Amino acid sequence: MNYNADEKGYYGEFGGAFIPEMLYPNVEELRENYLKLMYEDSFQKEFNQLLKDYVGRPSPLYFAKRLSEKHGCKIYLKREDLNHTGAHKINNTIGQILMAQKLGKTRIIAETGAGQHGVATATVCALMGMECIVYMGEIDIARQAPNVARMKMLGAEVRPAKSGSRTLKDATNEAIRDWINNPVDTHYIIGSAIGPHPYPDMVTRFQSVISEEIKWQLKEHEGRENPDYVVACIGGGSNAAGTYHHFLHEPEVGIIAVEAAGKGVNSGESAATSALGKVGIIHGCKTMLMQTTDGQITEPYSISAGLDYPGVGPMHSHLYKSGRAEFYSATDDEAMAAGLELSQLEGIIPAIETGHAFAIFEHKKFKKDDVVVISLSGRGDKDLNTYIDYFKLA
Amino acid sequence: MNRITTKLEEGKKLLSIYFTAGYPALNDTVKIIQDIEKNGVDMIEIGLPFSDPLADGPTIQESSTAALKNGMTTEILFKQLKDIRKSVSIPLIIMGYFNPMLQYGVEAFCKKCQEIGIDGLILPDLPLDVYQDEYEAIFKKYGLINVFLITPQTSNTRIRQIDDASNGFIYMVSSASVTGSKSGFGQEQESYFERIAAMNLKNPQIVGFGIKDEETFQQATKTAKGAIIGSAFIKYLTANGTDKIAEFTKLIR
Repeated sequence: MNYNADEKGYYGEFGGAFIPEMLYPNVEELRENYLKLMYEDSFQKEFNQLLKDYVGRPSPLYFAKRLSEKHGCKIYLKREDLNHTGAHKINNTIGQILMAQKLGKTRIIAETGAGQHGVATATVCALMGMECIVYMGEIDIARQAPNVARMKMLGAEVRPAKSGSRTLKDATNEAIRDWINNPVDTHYIIGSAIGPHPYPDMVTRFQSVISEEIKWQLKEHEGRENPDYVVACIGGGSNAAGTYHHFLHEPEVGIIAVEAAGKGVNSGESAATSALGKVGIIHGCKTMLMQTTDGQITEPYSISAGLDYPGVGPMHSHLYKSGRAEFYSATDDEAMAAGLELSQLEGIIPAIETGHAFAIFEHKKFKKDDVVVISLSGRGDKDLNTYIDYFKLA
Repeated sequence: MNRITTKLEEGKKLLSIYFTAGYPALNDTVKIIQDIEKNGVDMIEIGLPFSDPLADGPTIQESSTAALKNGMTTEILFKQLKDIRKSVSIPLIIMGYFNPMLQYGVEAFCKKCQEIGIDGLILPDLPLDVYQDEYEAIFKKYGLINVFLITPQTSNTRIRQIDDASNGFIYMVSSASVTGSKSGFGQEQESYFERIAAMNLKNPQIVGFGIKDEETFQQATKTAKGAIIGSAFIKYLTANGTDKIAEFTKLIR
């Protein structure tokens, strides 16, 4: 089976481009050009140079000795938290800002939930001297104040999304509306492996540097390129897409996704899309999404703003439906406990999103010599206030 | 013959009105449709509200949110419209986003539309190629006209494609914008209207987005067959309630 996008952007039955005609010229321009542009020698050279010198790649693959002892298997951490701006998000924004330049765009828009993608976008816009507008839900603006300040300091304008639930989904709607209103000079940097084709595929390709590095790094550590499992948390699914990419067609590698169960999958306050979702259309693609029987998109909940999304990228819907990946979900409490454990066993405070991936040990027992690579997608600095409140650290 | 087709053959310029079903109150739907027809409007777009209307500006977003809060669903809308053809004879079009239709079941939705006497559908996020590959046969089986949008950015090649795929009219979006956001038409719109007119398309065009008064209606229909008013009508309902629809239509023509 093929787990990559076909030329119309479908992963099995999922994907495609369900966009209003107003967006057609923009998306079509991107679709026609993205592969050609991103594999030009000059593009690859500039992209790789920036990943190396500016982002700080390759990010280490670290053998977590104490965590391994605790959970009885060999655990490696892919340290995306050490990237510039503190998460995997910058891999994609570097790629897309170069793409925007090649397409002659001068104005950048983005959506953000937790603010990580917004910061990564504002960063590359500062780097390239481009105008940057970030849409962020009014509620997220209030709960992610440090990232809002970062974006402003980087010269971006942060515009509150005041419609609907005033979170990530609505910020995405507002960014799409902006693109409709500014079709000529603007490029929309989507932060996750979602949206109309070619976005899920393009974002996956930019993030695939993660699994590309894991291969040769694991070879150095273990003498083999393929681990037994790769594990990542999933909201829209960009770090997961990048972590899985080079292993999707290696059948001996188990693919594991951990979604946010919030207060419990059946609590009514959850973001576990694979468990709660049905096939539908959100933000321009056909995918699994949380909705009412009437087809209205419902409000997800997670303690982590970055996983607080009612859908999941179409690639992941296909991995779920086809059985290629195992899907689990971790509650707020499990993710927070896993974050605390990682902090105290390895001296690494993860983002709460990432804490969900580490909660896998609550749900799955690995064998002693299993090599398990976990995507440490982001660092926890931005979440300190949530940690402080939750663990009463103050 | 489909009522839209018959209406398009009339010699006059057409005025069409969009409203969000279930707004201001859940059960206003039938009364609003009847009143619009009584006041000489030629065609109605009944908006099926959606939680995430990404081609719409704040006015239609807010009316959609309110309608959903009032309890509007696809099923309820169909129930409200069950006997609409006993009192209303102008063309009725349902306009909405694709996901609610997909969840209802595309064929079941189309069948219901035929039973009620709905003449056409406008689904901004159902793209041309998906429609042709998967759904055209179903729409045709139930006698529904599917209306596609074009914008100032749509290439001539694509406009020809859309013209070929259309069997009613083309919804001509007046400018690069979401609904309800531009104030008045300028030189840019005029040259766009003229460019499209010069293409001699087989389907007539009806202009939407940015029509709000007599002046914009006149400008839009100089070359196009008609114009659609949406946000301006909803704003009027918000301010004046549902009892003074006659006064609104008098402002247009």
